[in-house]
Amino acid sequence: MSDYRLLEQIDRYINGEMSGEELAAFEQLRKDNPAIDSRISEHRNFLGALKHYSERLDLETRLNAIHDEIDVHTLEEELMIKPSWIVSLWRHHHSKISVAASIAIFAVLTTLLFTGGFKKHDTAYVELKKEIAKVRISTVLLNEQSHNIKKQLSSSGTGKIMANPGKFSGTGFALTSNGYLVTNYHVVKDADSVYVQNVDGDSFHAKVIYTEPAQDIAFLQINDASFKSLGSVPYNFKRAKSDLGEDVFTVGYPADVIAFSEGALTSPAGFNGDSSAYELSILARPGNSGGPLLDSKGNLIGIISGKQSSYEGISFAKKSSYLLKAIQNIPSDSLVKPLNLNTRNGLAGLNRPQQIKKLRNYVFMVKVYN
Amino acid sequence: MSSKANSSIPTDNEVILGILNNSDVVLKRLYLAYFPMVLQLIINNNGSADDAKDIYQEAVIVLYNKVKAGNFELSSKLKTYIYSVSRRLWLKRLTQMNRYGGDLKDFEEHLPLEEEDPEKHADRDLQFGKMQAALGQLGEPCKTIMEDFYIHNRSMQEICERFGYTNADNAKTQKYKCLQRLKKLFFQQN
Repeated sequence: MSDYRLLEQIDRYINGEMSGEELAAFEQLRKDNPAIDSRISEHRNFLGALKHYSERLDLETRLNAIHDEIDVHTLEEELMIKPSWIVSLWRHHHSKISVAASIAIFAVLTTLLFTGGFKKHDTAYVELKKEIAKVRISTVLLNEQSHNIKKQLSSSGTGKIMANPGKFSGTGFALTSNGYLVTNYHVVKDADSVYVQNVDGDSFHAKVIYTEPAQDIAFLQINDASFKSLGSVPYNFKRAKSDLGEDVFTVGYPADVIAFSEGALTSPAGFNGDSSAYELSILARPGNSGGPLLDSKGNLIGIISGKQSSYEGISFAKKSSYLLKAIQNIPSDSLVKPLNLNTRNGLAGLNRPQQIKKLRNYVFMVKVYN
Repeated sequence: MSSKANSSIPTDNEVILGILNNSDVVLKRLYLAYFPMVLQLIINNNGSADDAKDIYQEAVIVLYNKVKAGNFELSSKLKTYIYSVSRRLWLKRLTQMNRYGGDLKDFEEHLPLEEEDPEKHADRDLQFGKMQAALGQLGEPCKTIMEDFYIHNRSMQEICERFGYTNADNAKTQKYKCLQRLKKLFFQQN
């Protein structure tokens, strides 16, 4: 029996195409011959595999047909998780962003190099800021001063006093009866000539005899022929520090008439912790610079020197102990007359208006020409 | 595209009955219902739309065979089952391609599948591949005769006419010769 004849028989046997005698004979053959039996099961397996193959091929064809109807591309667009906008921005523009960043870094470094940013460390930087702030404060003062002068100029037609207005003005007060005055250095800085004007409107020529720019203190001496003695100074100069909360007041020339202003001592240190000054809650105006700061008993405790530009109502005054130190530093050949400070207090026990009535004769408007 | 009724998601029982009845409509509804889910899984995990098609069809075939074999018990939602099978197949594919980063972005809940499912499937897959290769090596006219008879279920009569055999006996002889060769090729590959 040839191989394929047997195969045909097995095929027909499995497919159930045999019948009757043929089937019986083949089953007998199968029983007798184990080799044929194994051929049969082998063929059965094979046909199974073939069937699976065809079924699967058929199924795949059907699935492919269905798949072709799907708009996969649109679905894909919908279902793809979009990276966040910052990621996509980076993906699309990273070269441009990199270039921009490099330029920015380069620019910053160049700027730092040229402005000396590398040379100064942090503390110096803070100092610089402080200085700028100080300058700003005095700028505020000066601007207001010139503004005031302009006002004075425009009213000089009617005023008898202001025949010869100064360019800047501040306040000063008497140290002694014989014509020594003190004011702020920034008031008389760069002055060609200085005049002082008393409460009655009389002007006297004065000379700057000594300055201490670091303490913002300047000493003047009235050297005018028409000047006579002031009479003994009513206030005394306090050496010790004054306490927080002390009632304080000042008189000065923020405008061309004398003005009073009062408040309290609010801090033992001035602008940015400057320990040579007090912080005050006095409404000081430009022109108050150089004015006397007195406590309620009439002791002189400081010199009004500036205010904080960013807050209203905060001012600073140089402590009187620094004034006394500066007086010690005046070279003796600058003093034509003796400079003897008053030690008697003539204001204690008086009420405020009476104190001011006495005090105002010793407070001067300082007019500066340059 | 198909009408709305056709594209609506079939119930799980509809699907199983449909597969047993060889329903084209149900197969189509099944296919359309869950393809987006698998597409989403694949394209967001380093795959392409073509990968998604392969994996999804394979998963449908796994389900199909399982249902046909009569031992399919639905222990979860069909959706979860298909997702889990697809996920597992894709993991396997990624590992084979050395593209698996150790982390798969998931979009659905999934089951730990019993080992036998994909193993059985892999075995069938192997047989399928072998049969394909054997048929490929068979050459004409045997290949067409085999395909016509066993795959397209054409009768011997039809095959006779197509190939111009003078009588059915000749055709039969030819068929068995071809079958013999195909078997040889198939078993040789072991």
